[in-house]
Amino acid sequence: MARITAGVATSHVPAIGAALDNGRAAEPYWKPLFAGYDFSKDWIARQKPDVAVLVYNDHASAFSLDIVPTFAIGCAASFQPADEGWGPRPVPAVAGHPELASHIAQSVIQQDFDLTIVNRMDVDHGLTVPMSLMFGQPERWPVRVIPLAVNVVLFPPPSGRRCFELGKAIRRAVESFDEDINVQVWGTGGMSHQLQGPRAGLINREWDNRWLDRLIDDPEELAKMPHIEYLREAGSEGVELVMWLIMRGALDARVRTMHRFYHVPASNTAVGHIILENGQ
Amino acid sequence: MSLEKPYSDIPGTVIFDADQARKGYHLNQFCMSLMKADNRTRFKQDERAYLDEWPMSEDQKRAVLTRDYNRMIELGGNIYFLAKLFSTDGKSFQYTAATMTGMTQEAYATMMLNGGRSPEGNRRVGEAPAKEGK
Repeated sequence: MARITAGVATSHVPAIGAALDNGRAAEPYWKPLFAGYDFSKDWIARQKPDVAVLVYNDHASAFSLDIVPTFAIGCAASFQPADEGWGPRPVPAVAGHPELASHIAQSVIQQDFDLTIVNRMDVDHGLTVPMSLMFGQPERWPVRVIPLAVNVVLFPPPSGRRCFELGKAIRRAVESFDEDINVQVWGTGGMSHQLQGPRAGLINREWDNRWLDRLIDDPEELAKMPHIEYLREAGSEGVELVMWLIMRGALDARVRTMHRFYHVPASNTAVGHIILENGQ
Repeated sequence: MSLEKPYSDIPGTVIFDADQARKGYHLNQFCMSLMKADNRTRFKQDERAYLDEWPMSEDQKRAVLTRDYNRMIELGGNIYFLAKLFSTDGKSFQYTAATMTGMTQEAYATMMLNGGRSPEGNRRVGEAPAKEGK
């Protein structure tokens, strides 16, 4: 049977991708950030996941305001890096896993989560920056990916509770898939940041770190946090963090923290990164 | 019954909710059109003429022409859509964020290097004045 072995969460700031793509990762500004992922690259090379269910949000790339799905699962065989207005990132195409994706879609819809099924879409920095952070710059990505796009752009996003429960439903779906494969769930976005208005540049280091503590040890209660607290404490774009709760919901109640990293700033944003393993 | 908006007292912040999205639909879709190189060229050739192809309000068009990002956001723009406009201008997220705060890009970048804008004084309208950095 397929099994979920670990969860990975990371911010997905576009400037990180640009720094890497333009050969600036060794500059003093970026070096400490990329150093926070050295452990992660070694770890994932040892883990060799077959598939990552990668939870992220689209930033007006695949979805305009014509159609705004709350949860959308990518069931295609491959996904191209999106042209976000300055040309696509020079990274490999992302290979999907149509069989497992379709299986998850059918299973979680039957568990009352009405996912939108997407058979063709490009994936933007929300998905490709986490790939670059975890794998560097390979010729081909060493994992297949099931993109799970969550609307966090048009308010309201789904609640933390709903995200956490969706994670649990995804776990049940994966564990009922016959093939013996190693699956990870990734949550991306956050941490505190605000990109708009006179309050732009908001960072809340204390709040972010408390939130990480609770994500590890008290996720059921953390999932009850209302959106207003994210907006007020972590900035208008900090609400992306609800996506990390999908990852956490897919793991055991008790997990092992393999790695934890926090860094300010990447452009306008506080970067958080955590790796959790199921404990059995 | 109107929508509950507990976020309306957050200073310097417009939440892109259902009402804003309705107001800003054409403004944001105009921005989306700039993802195509041909459209970017046409827009740069004659911004006013390009904007006149869109059923946007005169206020929205004026905000675009003057690159008044706070005004665009007030009129229903969303930052991820507006990103197509400032990318067309060759500007970055950090440049645009800085212009919305009224700071120079240099002062804004320094604030970020020093840990960002503190939430102290920035949670609710009417709190003690904000201190920048921390």
